[in-house]
Amino acid sequence: MEPLLSVRGLAVSRGGRRAVEGVDFTLSAGQALILRGPNGIGKTTLLRTVAGLQPPAAGQVEADPDAIAYAAHADGLKAALTVAENLEFWRLVFGGPPIAAAIQAMDLGALVQRPAAMLSAGQKRRLGLARLLVTGRRVWVLDEPTVSLDAGSVALFADAVRGHLAQGGAALMATHIDLGLPEAQVLDLGPFRAVGAPLRSRAPASFDEAFG
Amino acid sequence: MIALLMRDLRLATRAGGGFGLGLAFFLIVCTLVPFGVGPQGGTLALIAPGILWVGALLACLLSLDRIFALDWEDGSLDLLATAPLPLEGAVLVKAAAHWITTGLPLVAAAPVFGILLHLPGAAQPWLVAALALGTPALSMLGAFGAALTVGLRRGGLLMSLLVLPLYVPTLIFGAEAVRRGAAGGDGTTPLVLLAGITMAVLAAIPFAAAGALRVNLR
Repeated sequence: MEPLLSVRGLAVSRGGRRAVEGVDFTLSAGQALILRGPNGIGKTTLLRTVAGLQPPAAGQVEADPDAIAYAAHADGLKAALTVAENLEFWRLVFGGPPIAAAIQAMDLGALVQRPAAMLSAGQKRRLGLARLLVTGRRVWVLDEPTVSLDAGSVALFADAVRGHLAQGGAALMATHIDLGLPEAQVLDLGPFRAVGAPLRSRAPASFDEAFG
Repeated sequence: MIALLMRDLRLATRAGGGFGLGLAFFLIVCTLVPFGVGPQGGTLALIAPGILWVGALLACLLSLDRIFALDWEDGSLDLLATAPLPLEGAVLVKAAAHWITTGLPLVAAAPVFGILLHLPGAAQPWLVAALALGTPALSMLGAFGAALTVGLRRGGLLMSLLVLPLYVPTLIFGAEAVRRGAAGGDGTTPLVLLAGITMAVLAAIPFAAAGALRVNLR
């Protein structure tokens, strides 16, 4: 089967310093891959590279750029718009399926008319994940998708990922906690740490470095 | 692209969106100048074209840092960069939304402000035409400045320093068209040059701004 995403010999750098190098993996339809590794090893940088937001320092990322949906710490929500307006906007931009299914999948039905400013952190997170469903894209690239979710919401998220995989999608996730997806493969980035990179940076300069 | 335009317009008109701020600022500048210069109609009429244009420039500058900074903070910019919409298109749309919420009200209200500054009646059509042709360039150049400084703390001041020099050609020809109109002459030549500058800016700057955004997103 033709892989949806294939990464070969990938090295990424952050702030001019190599983070990880020599990373190889492929993702085919129906597969999920979880990236693990200590803080600061370069998980966020790797995901941003895969999503095409920054160029690789070496190696290749082969994927249809119109196949990837990226979701990071920030959910891309506008506080002044309602839940439905936020979702509808991203649906129109990405040209995906109607928002009703996404609202149901993330259990946002009661919040549809509420401004995003009035949502709790976990509810915002669910809305941010619902956005993935309305992009209609096949490869999800997720950075810490379950931050601030309660156990029930993590289960909802796991169901959504499973549904996505069953429909021929794929998912690449960086996370520290158990997502309840036993079928997902796990890739520990520890062995790929770039030679000469510090074990743990002393003073993270930015949010991304601190939580990458 | 239409979805992005509608979203930006909707955000501008919601609470905290800042719609009308530029217009109110313009009004205050045009009200303060007669207090400072004195109520003599002759002096005011002489400096009115320059004051009106400088006021428009500053009013435009006021809301520029919002073009990309808010989208950068909440992560929308990352998502837009990975969307099927080309980043150049997103830049163009966001500059257009800025113009509709800032430049267009200025154009519509300019005759009123002209009266405040004793601008001769003959110059009024020239003022409206010059602002209508010039303000799109102000928004587009501003989007470039905003793209360069997105993600910087206190980037607003740096952006003003970067953008204001770029406004000089628009200011010169825009004010000149109004001045000629006020003198009862024909302002067509500076108006045509002004339109030329705006065309060049609209054609070239989206690519430069999108390039700057891509570098800043890394």
